[in-house]
Amino acid sequence: MNFDFSDDQKMLKDQVRRFLEDKCPVEEVRRVLENKADHSDAVWQGLCELGVAGAAIPEEYGGLGLGALELCVVAEELGRYVAPVPFSSSIYLAAEALRLFGNEEQKREWLPKLASGEAIGTLAAAEGPKAPLPSNLTTQFANGRVTGSKLPVPDGMRADVLVCLVSGADGVSLVLVDLAQADISRHAVETIDPSRGHAQIDLKNAAAELLGKAGAGWEQYRRLEAGAAVLLAFEQVGGAEAAMNMARDYALDRYAFGRQIGSYQAIKHKIADMYVKLELARSNCYYGAMVLANEGHDLELAASAARVAATEAYRFNAQENIQVHGGIGFTWEANPQFHYRRSKLLALALGSASRWKDRLIAELERINAA
Amino acid sequence: MDFNDTPEEAKFRSEVRAWLEANAKPREAGKARAGRATKSEAERLERAREWQAKKAAAGYAAITWQTEFGGLGGTSIQSVIYSQEEAQFDVPGGFFEIGLGMCIPTMLAWATDEQKQRYVKPALYGEEIWCQLFSEPSAGSDVAGLRTKCERDGDDWIINGQKVWTSGAHYCDYGIIVTRSDPTVPKHKGLTFFFLDMKSPGIEIRPIKQITGDANFNEVFFTDVRVPDSQRLGAVGEGWKVALTTLMNERLAIGQGSGVDHAELMELARNIELESGPAIKDGNVRERLADWYVQSQGLKYTKFRTLTALSKGQQPGAESSIGKVVSGPKMQDLASFGMDLQGQGGILHDSELSPLNAAFQNQWFGGAGYRIAGGTDEILRNIVAEQVLGLPQDIRVDKSVPYNELPKGK
Repeated sequence: MNFDFSDDQKMLKDQVRRFLEDKCPVEEVRRVLENKADHSDAVWQGLCELGVAGAAIPEEYGGLGLGALELCVVAEELGRYVAPVPFSSSIYLAAEALRLFGNEEQKREWLPKLASGEAIGTLAAAEGPKAPLPSNLTTQFANGRVTGSKLPVPDGMRADVLVCLVSGADGVSLVLVDLAQADISRHAVETIDPSRGHAQIDLKNAAAELLGKAGAGWEQYRRLEAGAAVLLAFEQVGGAEAAMNMARDYALDRYAFGRQIGSYQAIKHKIADMYVKLELARSNCYYGAMVLANEGHDLELAASAARVAATEAYRFNAQENIQVHGGIGFTWEANPQFHYRRSKLLALALGSASRWKDRLIAELERINAA
Repeated sequence: MDFNDTPEEAKFRSEVRAWLEANAKPREAGKARAGRATKSEAERLERAREWQAKKAAAGYAAITWQTEFGGLGGTSIQSVIYSQEEAQFDVPGGFFEIGLGMCIPTMLAWATDEQKQRYVKPALYGEEIWCQLFSEPSAGSDVAGLRTKCERDGDDWIINGQKVWTSGAHYCDYGIIVTRSDPTVPKHKGLTFFFLDMKSPGIEIRPIKQITGDANFNEVFFTDVRVPDSQRLGAVGEGWKVALTTLMNERLAIGQGSGVDHAELMELARNIELESGPAIKDGNVRERLADWYVQSQGLKYTKFRTLTALSKGQQPGAESSIGKVVSGPKMQDLASFGMDLQGQGGILHDSELSPLNAAFQNQWFGGAGYRIAGGTDEILRNIVAEQVLGLPQDIRVDKSVPYNELPKGK
C-alpha cells in the first residue's frame, strides 16, 4: 500500500508553501481584492519562476514534464493561501486542453508560453447565470470565426488565449481564440470574489481554430472538467484546512463567559466536524489524484467524488469559520471573508455540487449497466 | 501512488491465502449480507471455537503479539492483510474480539508472568472467553464516575454493585472489572482494577433485551463477590491508569459497521418506482446517494492512508479518528432513507417480505446502537477536538472534588 505522495512531491509542496507564506500573505490577497487588481503579478511571476506553472507540461513544450500529482500538491497550497493567481485557468484548463486535444502546431505555439507565464490562458464555457449545455450554447462557430458572449470568464481581462466552448454545424466543439485581435471586446465584471478577476468576453466574428475534433467538444469539455475538478478539489482542501485552522485559533484566543470559546462543545464539535469533512475530502482527493496521474478509466467517478467532498468541506469550513468568529467575522477588516468568497467561487467554478452529484450517479449507473 | 503490496507484503498475503484456502471455504457471493442469524448461539460458539483454535495454531489469531504468547511477532500491516484475506472466506467470528482486542492486551500490560502464562493462550485458542465490565447504569461516557465498590477483606476484595452493556457475559469465563476502592478522593483516583472468574459466587447475569428484540448484552450484578488480591491489576487506587490501557484498545476492537451501504441503496432505488418515475432518476435520491457514496469512499481511502503509514512503518496520522463519527450516522440515515423508498411497506420487518432480508430495517435499529457503543458521537467529537485539534477540555466540575461529594442523579 503506497497511497501517499512521494518525498519529492512533498518537497515541492513545502517549497511552494514557503514561497506563498513569504510572498502571498493575507495582506496580498486583500490588496488584490480591494484594488480589483485581477491577480497578484508578484505571486504569479514568482510561481512561474519556480517552474510550477509548467510542472505537468511536457519538457518538449517548455515544461518540467512532471505530472498530475505535482500539480495536486501545488494546488493544495494555492488553496491554503487563497492565492490570487490565474493558475487554474491557465494550467488546469487551458494548458490541459492544449496538451490533451491540441495539434502539434497549437501546442508549440502556446504551451511554452503558458509554462513560463509569458501568456495566460483560460477557458470560457458559461453564458450567464445558467449551466452551459449542448442545447443552450449560443456562441456560434463557423468557417473559422466565432461570435457570441461568454460570461463569466475567469481571468478574462488578462488572458492571452481562450479555449472556448462553441456550437456549430458539427455540434459542440472547443476552439482556440487568440485574444489579441480587434474583433473581441471584454470588460471586467463584479463577482463575489474580486481576488480573482473575471470578465465578460464578446466575440464578434473573431478568428478561431478548432481544438481537437469538430463536434467532440462536449466530451472534451467534460474530460477537461474532470481533470480540473481533481485539481480544484485540492485547492478546496487547502482552503478548507486553512479555514478550519483559523476557526481553531480564534476559538483558543477568544474568551466568553469566563472561558475559551473552544471549550464549549457547541464550538469544539463544530470544529471537529470541520476536521471530519476535511479528511473525507482529502481521502477522496488522493484517489482522484491517483486516477488522474495514471489516466485511469474511472476518472469521471473519482473526480466527481473528490469534487463533491471537497466542495462540501470548503463550504462548511468557510461558512462556520465566520460563525465561530461571531460579529468580527462579518467585517471587511477580518480575514474569514477571503475563504467565504473563495469557497463559493470554487464551488461554482466547474458547476455546482448538485451537478457533480448527478454526474457521479450517472457514472455509477453506466458502470452498473455495463 | 498505488495500492500495491510491497514484495514482503505480497509474500505474506500469498502465504495467508494459501493457508485459508487449505482450511476454510470461500465466502459465497451475496452471502456477506446475511439477515438474522439462523443458528443457535451455542452452535455458532462451537463453530467459532473450532475455527479460533485452528487459526491460533497457525499463528494468525494474534499476528502482532510476541511468539511466546502464541502470536506471530508480526506487524500491524500483516494483521490487516490477514483480515482482508479472511474476509473473503466463510469463517465464524463474533465471540473473541473483546477478549483478544481489549482484555488480554490489558493482561499483557499489567498481569504477572505466571498469570500471562496461565490465561493468554487459552483465550487465544478460544478455550476461554473474556468480557469487559466497565459501564454502569450511572456511568456511561463518564465511566470513571462508576459506583461498583470493592472493599479489602484479608487477602481478598469483596465486590458489590452492577455493571451493564457487558457483551457475552453469559458465555464468558473471565472478565476485567474496574471498581471504586475509595469514594473519599476525586473519582479518577479512587479506582482499583481486577480480573475475575465469571463463575464466582455472587455474580448474576441478566440479558438486556435491546430495541431490536435481540439480547447481545447483559447486566451483571455483583453481591459480595470475592476476588483474591493476586488478581488485582495495577496498584490500589490506580485502576484508571489500567482502564486507559483497555480503552485505548477499544476503538481498535469495535469493528467498522457492516450492512447496507450506497451500493445496496442504489440497487433498491433502481427497483422502486416513485410517482415521478424510477427512484434512481429522482434528483433527491441521486443527491443523497452521491453523498453516501462520497462518505464511504472517503472512509475507505482514509483507511488506505492509515495502512500506507503502517506499511511504511510509520505512526498513522489522526485521520483514522473520523471513522466512527462518519459511519455511525451514515448507517442510521442511509437505512432510514432506504425504508422511506419502500413507502408504507418500509415498516415491514420481515426477512421474507422486506427487500434484502430486511437489511435496511435491521440497520435502522442497529445504527441507533452503533452511534453509542464504544464512544458516542459526542465523545468522539470531543476526542477529535481535544486530541487532534488541541482545543481545550470541557471545564470539569468533578475533577478535584471527592467522589462522595459529587452531585449524582438517581
